[in-house]
Amino acid sequence: MNSNQAVYQGMVDAGIDFVVSLPCVNLGEVMKMVECNPQIVHIPVTREEEGLGICAGAFLAGKNPAILMQNSGLGNCVNALASLFELYHLPLLLVMSHRGTLGEKINGQIPMGRATPKILDALNIPYSRPKYPEEALETIVESWEHSMTGGFPVGVLLDNQYW
Amino acid sequence: MLKEVIKMDRIEAISQIIDELDQELVVCNIGFPSRELYHLQDHEKNFYMLGSMGLASSIGLGLSLSLLKNAETENQSPRKVVVFDGDGSILMNLGSLVTISAQGPLNLILVVLDNQCYGSTGSQCTYSEEVDLSLLAESAGFETVLVFQEEINFEKALQSKGPVFVHMKVNPGNADVPIIDLNPEEIKYRFMKEIENKL
Repeated sequence: MNSNQAVYQGMVDAGIDFVVSLPCVNLGEVMKMVECNPQIVHIPVTREEEGLGICAGAFLAGKNPAILMQNSGLGNCVNALASLFELYHLPLLLVMSHRGTLGEKINGQIPMGRATPKILDALNIPYSRPKYPEEALETIVESWEHSMTGGFPVGVLLDNQYW
Repeated sequence: MLKEVIKMDRIEAISQIIDELDQELVVCNIGFPSRELYHLQDHEKNFYMLGSMGLASSIGLGLSLSLLKNAETENQSPRKVVVFDGDGSILMNLGSLVTISAQGPLNLILVVLDNQCYGSTGSQCTYSEEVDLSLLAESAGFETVLVFQEEINFEKALQSKGPVFVHMKVNPGNADVPIIDLNPEEIKYRFMKEIENKL
């Protein structure tokens, strides 16, 4: 199983049926797989915060939502994570490609890469950092279960070494 | 010279619109609009926003697309979603107009009650006096764009093909209504039950 299939299969096994996305080089293949699955509603969005609003609406109508994005987009989500998701106790699976980690060649990715875990901590959002495909598959399923049980978003960070 | 238009208060516009509603779900913008709606007529099918300014239209989009998908699976016609948004909040999330238009949910009606100011924070001006929001919706490609001035014909919005954008200028200012005495979990729980019980 390769790194893309693991992420996609984890989401399918978790029962995710509504996905919003913003492009990322690392998550590109996963987005194509999601797009090809007729059981999953896939909505490309213009900005991550908008995507979170859409996911909240989808959950209210009975869907199991996830967002696929680069970690830079986490910065665009902060208020929605706090004053929508935390406030109303809404679940959400945040699948993020974590740029700016060890091995990063583009210096522009590094500041947000370093801030990402601290932003999640500040928002009290649990997250994991799977290192290989089998671990990602399992972690994604468990993350969604945890999100539903707890009624809060749960993150999965996929860093440069994962891909 | 344009004819001077006599504007309604926002609470009057909300009141006239909800009088025309039946099974439609309502997503209402943060601040005074939600308080005014709650005061006029509380209902399980109202989702009152208590935070996340700017996201009313996005919450409405996620709802309407999911209801469409559920209805398709169950072979039923989808429930409609009416969003009460404001000029300041739609200006915070203009990309939403693009996504709504591109996704084209036929069961979504986005109502922008435009008081040309940030009414819940002390009536600071927005740019909606200089920039026409209905032209933005039109150029984004909304299926139907309706502009109401002195009178509201919401029946027309309900019968038009969606996504529908309704633009209405209202007076600045808020009605003297109390805060919403429901907690967020209650708002969510009863709204979800309402959807579950009547797909």
